[in-house]
Amino acid sequence: MKRRDFLKNTAVFITGASVSLSALELVDPKEVLASRPDLRWGFLVDTYKCVGCGMCVKACKLENDIPYDANVTRTWVERYVIMKSGEVVKDSPKGARDGFTSKLVDQGESGPRLLRDKEIAQGFFVPKLCNHCTLPACVQVCPVGATYSTADGVVLVDRKWCIGCGYCIMGCPYGVRFFHPVVHTADKCTFCYHRITKGGNTACAQACPFGARRIGNLRDPNDPVAKEVLNGRVGILRDEYGTKPNVYYIGLNKEVH
Amino acid sequence: MVHGEAWTIKDLFVLPNEYVYWSIQIVLYPYMTGLVAGAFVLSSLYHVFGVEKLKEIARFALVFSFALLPVAMMPLMLHLQQPLRGIHVMMTPHFTSAISAFGIVFLTYGCIVASEIWFVYRKFIVESIERLEKKQRRGIESLMLMIYKVISLGARDISPEALEADHKAIKFLAGLGIPVACFLHGYAGFIFGSVKANALWMTPLMPVIFIMSAVVSGIALCILCYAIFMWLRRWALKRGKTFFIPEQVAGTMEISDAQLRDVQTYETRMTSKYLLIFMTLAITLELLDIIFRGYTAVKSWDILRQVIYEHDFVKIFILQYGIGNALPFLMLLLPGLTTRRACLASILVLFGVLMMRWNVVIGGQAFSLSFAGFMHYQLPIIPYSLETFKEGLGGALMVAVTPFVIFYFLNMIFPAFYSEEEAH
Repeated sequence: MKRRDFLKNTAVFITGASVSLSALELVDPKEVLASRPDLRWGFLVDTYKCVGCGMCVKACKLENDIPYDANVTRTWVERYVIMKSGEVVKDSPKGARDGFTSKLVDQGESGPRLLRDKEIAQGFFVPKLCNHCTLPACVQVCPVGATYSTADGVVLVDRKWCIGCGYCIMGCPYGVRFFHPVVHTADKCTFCYHRITKGGNTACAQACPFGARRIGNLRDPNDPVAKEVLNGRVGILRDEYGTKPNVYYIGLNKEVH
Repeated sequence: MVHGEAWTIKDLFVLPNEYVYWSIQIVLYPYMTGLVAGAFVLSSLYHVFGVEKLKEIARFALVFSFALLPVAMMPLMLHLQQPLRGIHVMMTPHFTSAISAFGIVFLTYGCIVASEIWFVYRKFIVESIERLEKKQRRGIESLMLMIYKVISLGARDISPEALEADHKAIKFLAGLGIPVACFLHGYAGFIFGSVKANALWMTPLMPVIFIMSAVVSGIALCILCYAIFMWLRRWALKRGKTFFIPEQVAGTMEISDAQLRDVQTYETRMTSKYLLIFMTLAITLELLDIIFRGYTAVKSWDILRQVIYEHDFVKIFILQYGIGNALPFLMLLLPGLTTRRACLASILVLFGVLMMRWNVVIGGQAFSLSFAGFMHYQLPIIPYSLETFKEGLGGALMVAVTPFVIFYFLNMIFPAFYSEEEAH
């Protein structure tokens, strides 16, 4: 065979092989399903309904294999106490895994602080989780693409590819990321992707006795969550970072960010 | 235990997942890359801009920069939670990430430095081959001959035309190296400056500040090490310990103590002047950053002010600006500069730059994203696990010592102090 022919044949072969391989990928049913433009997961938190029982945190830990006693969590509940003086006192001991049952507020190294009832103007609880941003800072900064957005709007971490540099943890304005103490890769809430893609509910939403947490399809006008987001008055956290979160809050105070 | 928990103390309201994730190794990472870039810029001052006064130190700076090069990568590898996957950065670079540029820029830069050294030492390599081939060889010399033969890459032409071509190549590579060195360090600053979630880091000035302090630290380290190695050589010369003076073993140079001393004093003084210039720029930029933040006083300034003026006051204003900047600046400015004084000033400058990296990296994580709490970092000194060793004093010392070990061996092959009329 002449060299010219050899090169020509090689080029034809490579082109043909790559075309057929890409065709195989095109018909992947999972991807077709996920890329449906009419599916976009969104989460709604009703802070009026949250009582800070911590059932969601517990359920999440158990469902997603986050060591129960480890001081990291995929979701947590913050307690806000606003004093009559205007001072805002906040805490979230162990992510509120065991619920708020004491009037002692955890102030870390400064020790617990007891607040007197008559000094308190208002108090409320705010559950937090990954915001599954439309423009996620963590996906932008991941050096190897181990953190990625799915077509239906969920941000996931590939545990087999993450190098554990911590750039995503630093880049997230919401502090939702951490290193998993067992697998030693970056970890965060997945909206219970393994459940919702099979038609299930997230573990935290299922465990909430008061319906303070709900997940839904923001693209479906008949979805109760989408209806609330479209018609109700909802807020998002830290809008100024431009990440466009998909977790919406009912009754968001200015003290919360 | 969760990563970061061993060395983080939380105070007031800190989010549950927040810890000091980037600890001592990430302080050392920009520090070491800065030293590499700085040392290279110093050597380029002679090669590109023809600053003849820096001729002697330029060659040393080049070889030293090469010795520092692999160490720039070390802190990152020690810090990764999955170090064996570090190569993924090269295999699947994700170009929206500043870190993904690391592998590419670092390799490009490494190739430039390696080729420059090759061109600078090509004549020496060929001459060494010829000399060693003629000689009755001992064990180590046979090894050296083999190494020289391999690294000569078969290019044995040392005619004037070939050497002229070498000159041109060196000038080109040194010129190309400056922007790449600046880029290498500038993007290290960009890694921090682009983290929008961190109020202390997020400033477009960050890469520029990093480049300036990199040059400062690189020059200071070169002054210090140059002086130390010269002292060692003088000490060795008096006692006939020739293993410290490989070029004398090679028989290429006859040197006397007085000559060495003159060269040492002259080079130290000249280089100190350049150190002063770059220090002025670095300090101005850093102060500009603080003043600008205070003047514009956006939402985050409340917590930043507390960190800068209360929690980290001693580290920033006493250790970094006072002892690390102002004091050595004065020491270098006062007339009648001696080598000893220049060395002491260089040590302080190096300390100042290290503190600057510390205050940026650790200081940036000293406050919670909630803007309501603080985190204190306690460097693990006595390790009780691999993690506390890697991210503790032990790991830091390992990183600090390695370049000198590499330099010792590298100097055997490429004598950093080798000098002759035709030298580049």
